[in-house]
Amino acid sequence: MTAVSSTELSRSRRDSNPRLRRSSPWTSLAFLAPFLVIFTVFVIVPVASAVWASLHRWSLGLPGTPWVGAANYAELFAGSTVTSVEFWKGMRATGIFTALSAPLLIALPLGLAMLLHRRFPGRTFFRALYFAPYVLGVAVTGLLWRYLLDRQLGPVNQILGLDVAWTTTLPAGWVSLVVATLWWTIGFNSVIYLAALQDVPKELYEAAKVDGAGPLRRFTAITLPGITRVLQFVVAITIIASANMYGQSALITQEQPGSDTRTAIGYIAETGIQGFDIGASSAMSMILAVTLMLLSGIVVLGFRKLGGDDR
Amino acid sequence: MTTTTLDRPDTSVAEKPATRRRPRRIALGVTLVLLSVVFVLPLVLMVSTSFKSVQEANSLTFTLLPQQPTTAAYAEILGNDRLPVLRWLGNSLLTAVLHSALVVVVATTAAYALARLHLPFRNALLGVVLATMFVPGVIFLIPHFLIVNQLGWLNSYASLVVPSAAGAFGVVLVRQFFAGIDPAFEEAARIDGANAWQVFRRIMVPLALPAIATLAVLAFLSSWNDFLWPVFVLFSTDMLTLPAGLAQLQGEYASRYDLLMAGAVIASVPVLAVFVFAQRYVIEGVSQGGVKG
Repeated sequence: MTAVSSTELSRSRRDSNPRLRRSSPWTSLAFLAPFLVIFTVFVIVPVASAVWASLHRWSLGLPGTPWVGAANYAELFAGSTVTSVEFWKGMRATGIFTALSAPLLIALPLGLAMLLHRRFPGRTFFRALYFAPYVLGVAVTGLLWRYLLDRQLGPVNQILGLDVAWTTTLPAGWVSLVVATLWWTIGFNSVIYLAALQDVPKELYEAAKVDGAGPLRRFTAITLPGITRVLQFVVAITIIASANMYGQSALITQEQPGSDTRTAIGYIAETGIQGFDIGASSAMSMILAVTLMLLSGIVVLGFRKLGGDDR
Repeated sequence: MTTTTLDRPDTSVAEKPATRRRPRRIALGVTLVLLSVVFVLPLVLMVSTSFKSVQEANSLTFTLLPQQPTTAAYAEILGNDRLPVLRWLGNSLLTAVLHSALVVVVATTAAYALARLHLPFRNALLGVVLATMFVPGVIFLIPHFLIVNQLGWLNSYASLVVPSAAGAFGVVLVRQFFAGIDPAFEEAARIDGANAWQVFRRIMVPLALPAIATLAVLAFLSSWNDFLWPVFVLFSTDMLTLPAGLAQLQGEYASRYDLLMAGAVIASVPVLAVFVFAQRYVIEGVSQGGVKG
């Protein structure tokens, strides 16, 4: 707030001072040019062309790209073509994975962050340790967990004396995907939470202790309200990240059994890029995107209802 | 310590909290160490298996450490010209660094214009940029493929560096930081005759270094971690990034886990080394991205 008012102040000062003439629009344009060029080519044009393509028939071997109105959508929603059946299967896989993984990816890192928030020797070391798998990337994570969970050769079954087909059957496959994702990304959300926890005033906890509030009460009355904004951010990015899952199912379950763990985005890429069915895949992208925007909207509204008092 | 005395004002103030605290601290320590062991075990197994012989890696009984350690898997993988792991590593590093640099240049210059310079429709433009942040990434997948194809960029470094650099996140992050800088700094420089570029280069950028470092780290990581896009737009073996290459390695060697783990280790060592060295900046970057974003 102070920044805004001092800007306002300086603006009036600048206008009265001839030596502080505001810069010409050409200067601004020069600064903006690099961004504007790639923003136009890779953000504005794509959004427009995604909508445009979804309303046209545009696929390999077809001469033109005739306008078909909402036909691509209608076909998908009717669910009568192979493509539409496979697409909804992918949406279902994305939905299952998001529903299973997002709550854990939101809750467990908060627990870990609260552990790491205490003062103890080696805290920085542990923080780095839990973050490390994230920098390895999804490919190393995928290869590694494919090995760990191999039915015969994998250490998980060997150590626990099990014979579970972790990567080729369901629901074991979902467990594999969620556990591997958790291992890979738990540090990411933890680090974000940790920064938020450090901003919660310590005096509040002390006051609550004096008032006789137990650990649970302190968590719900001080910690959660204190990190509402960051919690909302984490919920939103985690849902979106889970809904974009591709690498884990490509490498760990290899979309098995059948193609039951092939996610929506995987199928969109296959249809559009490998199959060059641009119209159908664009319509699928729109459906997935609108679903995600609705979900994000619900998250924002939910939080507004919950923590309306913090702004 | 003052907190604990406040906690129990009536009883033996100095002693009791300390004795109550020790078991809790030990419990916390044990929990963390146990958690860490479970957490690190996968990495230990990755390294261990990469030094196992084919026979041992294919054995049905579990061994934590290789009985006869061998570097045969590494020799085989590094000797395979059709699957050039080191080249993939180089591709990944190069494109991640270039992507990060492009994001920083493009975002800071635009952020400066949007935060400080005079421009008609500045707020309208800012509104459009902000609005695109709420568009889910999946929308861009097929159009990016078509545009990259149109530009003749399929199977090129440019396809990995440029399209994803157009996002609004960086501009918004840095602009917010610029907006918080006291305009007095710039005015002083302007009175001394500095032009917009000099103000930007000598004053704004140095002051915004923390935000710029955050942005650089996040951009590097997102490029380094990207999987779907390189898998679909790169097709010659020499051009693959590490994630796409490892996927191909897996396709080739199915359950030769000694080889796959050797590949995974080769892929991990450089980035882990960088991480150990720059750990503080990486973690701070991510946490700042969260708090500010």
